[in-house]
Amino acid sequence: MRSHTGAGYLAIVLLCLLYPFHTASADGNREPASGVPRPVIARGQGETCVADNDFMRRNHMDMLNHQRDETVFKGLRDEPFSLRDCISCHVVEGADGMAVTVSDPKHFCRTCHDYAAVDIDCFQCHASRPESAGQSGAN
Amino acid sequence: MKENNKKPVREESCNTSRRSFLGSLATAAGISLAPGVMLYGIGKPSSAAAATDGASSSVRWGMLIDLSQCDNGCDDCVTACATENGLRGFGRPETDPQWIRKVEMTNPETGHSKSLPVMCQHCEDPPCVDVCPTGASFKRADGIVLVDKHSCIGCRYCMMACPYKARSFVHEALEDQKTHAPRGKGTVESCTLCVHRIDENRQPACVEACSDTGGGAMLFGDLNDPDSEISRRVATYASQQIRADLGLNPGIRYRNL
Repeated sequence: MRSHTGAGYLAIVLLCLLYPFHTASADGNREPASGVPRPVIARGQGETCVADNDFMRRNHMDMLNHQRDETVFKGLRDEPFSLRDCISCHVVEGADGMAVTVSDPKHFCRTCHDYAAVDIDCFQCHASRPESAGQSGAN
Repeated sequence: MKENNKKPVREESCNTSRRSFLGSLATAAGISLAPGVMLYGIGKPSSAAAATDGASSSVRWGMLIDLSQCDNGCDDCVTACATENGLRGFGRPETDPQWIRKVEMTNPETGHSKSLPVMCQHCEDPPCVDVCPTGASFKRADGIVLVDKHSCIGCRYCMMACPYKARSFVHEALEDQKTHAPRGKGTVESCTLCVHRIDENRQPACVEACSDTGGGAMLFGDLNDPDSEISRRVATYASQQIRADLGLNPGIRYRNL
């Protein structure tokens, strides 16, 4: 009997812990009732992302890693989860009308990664804006 | 679909017995975890959609450079490479990146001088791959030798192992790299044979520049295909590999060396 009561308490504690994630997953951009500030994420240019938003929020790093190996080792470049496509779709224009680089806090990747305090080193090597933006042809 | 399932579960859990409450809690946790579980469900169809398996070992990319067509003073291939891959110098010739260069050879007895373009020779048995401690230096199935910069630790063993001095180390922090040619400080790089172009069935930038504005000395193609122009030419005319004595079987061959 005693252990049953223990299990009940545990269940209630678990429910309390899980409930916020449960609601957050329904609509990630919504301001929760508690008033916790959320990052302002730049929308992509298309109607939908390559997968649904919940999936992308949780798994974009795995998809990018997978795609990275497919591209480097097999040369498969036209798959949907390429960093190139993320960068060219989620482009953010700066004050000068040009696409911002990752040095700007409004950059698509940075808005969330700054918020979550997750450091990424992708852009030490990769271009952080589409090629047509701000690059002279002969550099 | 997930969202439709959520609401009834939550409402039910408010007014039922402990047993059904615990049951519904388990369901709720399951739903919360569902996006993670769906990773493979969504991931598979997209990768299966690509009909191609990518680089194939039935192909061996190679190049034939006819030095009788290569002018000593011409460096169009070098310029085209720098433009295509976004290579910039910092005024430090000893450490600036160099994927292709013109090497001048002089016969001391006759004084005859000839300059030849030298880049990564894309060996069949690349020493750079042998010595790489992380597996970053690798040979693609179609014979192109590359650096996976994600696993390169910048030890530069490959640079020491390469008999052609074909590799460069990036000493400086870079910005605004080309989308198709990611490069960064602390990694080793070399001629990729313009792998991004090859994957689109295009010619390497140096070959294109050589035929457009240079002497048309460079011929790119599949050495495994007996009907390709390059295979017919290497079968018809004598050609040489640089340092053939090392037995590395480079994919880059020269005529009239």
